[in-house]
Amino acid sequence: MSTPKPKKKFSRRKFIVRSTVGVGVAIGATYFTRPLWRRSIAGFVNSAELPYNGSTDEPRLWFEVTADNEVILNSPKVEMGQGTFTGLAQIAADELEVDIQQIKVIHAPTASGNIDGTSTGGSTSISSLWQPLRELAATMREMLKIEASKQLGTDAAALTVKNGVVAHNGQTLTYGEIVKNVTEWEIPETPPLKDVSTYKFVGKPVPRVDLKDKVIGAPMFGMDASLPDMLYGAVVRSERIGATFVGADTSSAEKMPGVVKVVKEPDFVGVVATSQMAAEQAKQAIKAEWATERNWQSEDIEAMIKVGQGDPVTIQKTGRAKRILDNEEEVITAEFTSPIGAHAQMEPNGAVAHVENDNATIIMSTQVVNLTRKEVADRLGLAPEDVNIIPTYLGGGFGRRLHTPNAVQAAVLSKAVGKPVKCFFNRREEFQNDTFRPPTHHVLRGVLDKQGKIKAIEHNLSSGDVMFGSPMFPGIAEPVLGADVGAWRGGMIQYEAIPNFRTVSWRVKLPFATSWWRSLGLLANTFAIESFMDELALKAGKDPVQFRLEHIQEDEAGHRLREVIKAAADKAGWKDEVVNGRAMGFAASTDARTPCAQVAEVSIENGEIKVHKVTCAIDPGIAVNPDQVRAQCEGSIIMGQSAAMYERMFVKDGQLLPTIYGPYRMALMRDAPKEIDVVILENADAPGAVGEPPLGPIGAAIANAVFRLTGERLRSLPLTIA
Amino acid sequence: MTISFNINGQPTSLDVDGDTPLLWVVRDMLDLKGTKFGCGKAACGACTLHVDGKAIRSCSYAVKYAEGKNITTIEGLSNGDQLHPVQQAWMEEIVPQCGYCQPGFMMATAALLSEIPNPTDEDINNNIVNVCRCATYYRMRKAIHRAADIQSQNAKNQPS
Ligand code: FES
Ligand code: FES
Repeated sequence: MSTPKPKKKFSRRKFIVRSTVGVGVAIGATYFTRPLWRRSIAGFVNSAELPYNGSTDEPRLWFEVTADNEVILNSPKVEMGQGTFTGLAQIAADELEVDIQQIKVIHAPTASGNIDGTSTGGSTSISSLWQPLRELAATMREMLKIEASKQLGTDAAALTVKNGVVAHNGQTLTYGEIVKNVTEWEIPETPPLKDVSTYKFVGKPVPRVDLKDKVIGAPMFGMDASLPDMLYGAVVRSERIGATFVGADTSSAEKMPGVVKVVKEPDFVGVVATSQMAAEQAKQAIKAEWATERNWQSEDIEAMIKVGQGDPVTIQKTGRAKRILDNEEEVITAEFTSPIGAHAQMEPNGAVAHVENDNATIIMSTQVVNLTRKEVADRLGLAPEDVNIIPTYLGGGFGRRLHTPNAVQAAVLSKAVGKPVKCFFNRREEFQNDTFRPPTHHVLRGVLDKQGKIKAIEHNLSSGDVMFGSPMFPGIAEPVLGADVGAWRGGMIQYEAIPNFRTVSWRVKLPFATSWWRSLGLLANTFAIESFMDELALKAGKDPVQFRLEHIQEDEAGHRLREVIKAAADKAGWKDEVVNGRAMGFAASTDARTPCAQVAEVSIENGEIKVHKVTCAIDPGIAVNPDQVRAQCEGSIIMGQSAAMYERMFVKDGQLLPTIYGPYRMALMRDAPKEIDVVILENADAPGAVGEPPLGPIGAAIANAVFRLTGERLRSLPLTIA
Repeated sequence: MTISFNINGQPTSLDVDGDTPLLWVVRDMLDLKGTKFGCGKAACGACTLHVDGKAIRSCSYAVKYAEGKNITTIEGLSNGDQLHPVQQAWMEEIVPQCGYCQPGFMMATAALLSEIPNPTDEDINNNIVNVCRCATYYRMRKAIHRAADIQSQNAKNQPS
């Protein structure tokens, strides 16, 4: 067998530079006064493509070549619908010189050692792996060529490679044949990468690699997993906000048919049974006791989420916006709000766990393999290496699987019965124990100069936590940043030609868990800012598209934003007038450096807002798979429309409600726009974020159209007309 | 109690509590995992399958009512390797994202097309009422129309 050679260092200067700018490393810096220093980090985090946090210098962790000449790509990123597996296959195939059909992407179990230290989230999978994966694949190709040259007795430089077959003077070897005879791999210097324009798969609308499996209903999700002799578990969860577990009367549950064991832990009680139904019924029969401090109501939460309460942090400041706005006469002020949002992903959370002999195997949908492994290991008193997390395809992620206490519970139940246990949330539990999108409140102030240009603008936002309090960033982010990166995603003013602008974030701690929800603060922040931009444009008597263009600075970000705004307006045939009862609304945002502009065509039918068509221009840089960029835009637009027009959780007598689809109203087929037209621009030389940025503009685009139809400015999500 | 039915053409008998939702029988006892659990309350459609050709939300359908009936799940929608027109259209439009809701939507669509071979947008709005959180509705609508086309093309080519 092969003995790993001492590894040489790759030339990865680019990454090293990037990763040292990371939040953690900056803690020791004392050159700035604290607020200034925070602001510079805030600016960095807002625009950064965070580096990939895992191994990028060991091709053998990533690729396996099979005897029948297939390459298995062990992906440390998970596939939750965003199309990452397809993009990774395209990138790897091009540098490996294999056909896309020869690549099989699988989820890397943690036991493989190819572990992503952070998460699959933030629209960073393709952007953060673009450089390292190409280098890994190119290096793997060279490794195969070196071995082939030994086996063929020739110089590696003389070999040609195509579709995983190495050839020289009429002799051929497949990759599969080569690896059979390798005893010791030689790892060369990272070879130069190919020119992007020569790629055969990158940049093409390759069909999703998981398409067929998803069309035939293949068992691929966490909930489809099973193990021999598996039992079914259920955990009792409180329906009330802020409840702590006191104890439980389990006597009747213990006697129920199919019950194998009732498991009482200090922090929860659960049951293991022979079937899903038996477990579910026994759970209902457990009388758990909870302590709650307060009977929360929606009004309590609304009163907490108010600009002016909690801790403010200035996250963006140019010029003297506050002084100007405090002293000018003609200041325009507007307030906006957004509600609590549920993830409502279709596959509930849960896990299949098998704990035996001081080893644990967990099969599940998770966005945080590394954290899941750590939490299970900690709870069971095992070393992380003794826990193997086997990720599956996710039945939706959207941020809901960035914390996975359910893995711990399944593991505890399995340990208690010594058999594999499958344990999932039911839908009511999903809705009540979600880690919600926090509600927000925004105050915008602005003043125009004599030419009708913005002289000063200020955005104050109040939000529950998104990133703070998350087990993913324990303790570190809060003292450094002061304000929650997630909450103010999309909250900064993107029109930097305005001479004076400022953004202040107010932090509120809510009594229930709030966290990442696809695009984080972007949805609400853009709704507020871009609605306000529309108001200012109308006040200035200018066309809203023109008005935005006037305030864009001359730099790279400005150029890219300007181009998407122009492209969306062009493609939609932008006209600021009502034609046949339909109006257009315009909005734009920049998220993780990807600018996106949208035009919504809207009418009012039977007293309800109807969205007919959305035109979307996006610039993600290199579009690795243009079809999947489109798919992400289409999905984001409708999911954003759903959140902007219909969705809201409320709080009543200490409970988060509703607890089921339907009452938790979401966009359905009949609500979705019949036309979605996506224009892709590629004004950057690397791939950027795609999965979240197009959620930004849609809320404001719809609201701005509604204003043209009704004269009423809608300032609260979900949008409702009087 | 003992319950007998045909599932994907296979005669099947099981000893099961008659009140068990058909969904759990299909998924856990028969190990056909293509039919999904989404809500358990007939509110999302992830569990849609066919009972005697009609779309049924199997999470809320007690297995005892399936006695003597013909059940089709996503695994039985295709004819061997030959995908059903709905599945073909789904492939051609590249509909799925996460994919979890898709079997339910395809089963609902197949049932719709057997009743209304050429549905209008209105028909689609009224009949396809499942939930897709990835919000793939735009491509689904296109795929439904395309499936109708494939189906009518097939019918024309069939010698009668
Ligand atoms: S699981 Fe049956 S309708 Fe949702
Ligand atoms: S494709 Fe993900 S829920 Fe429909």
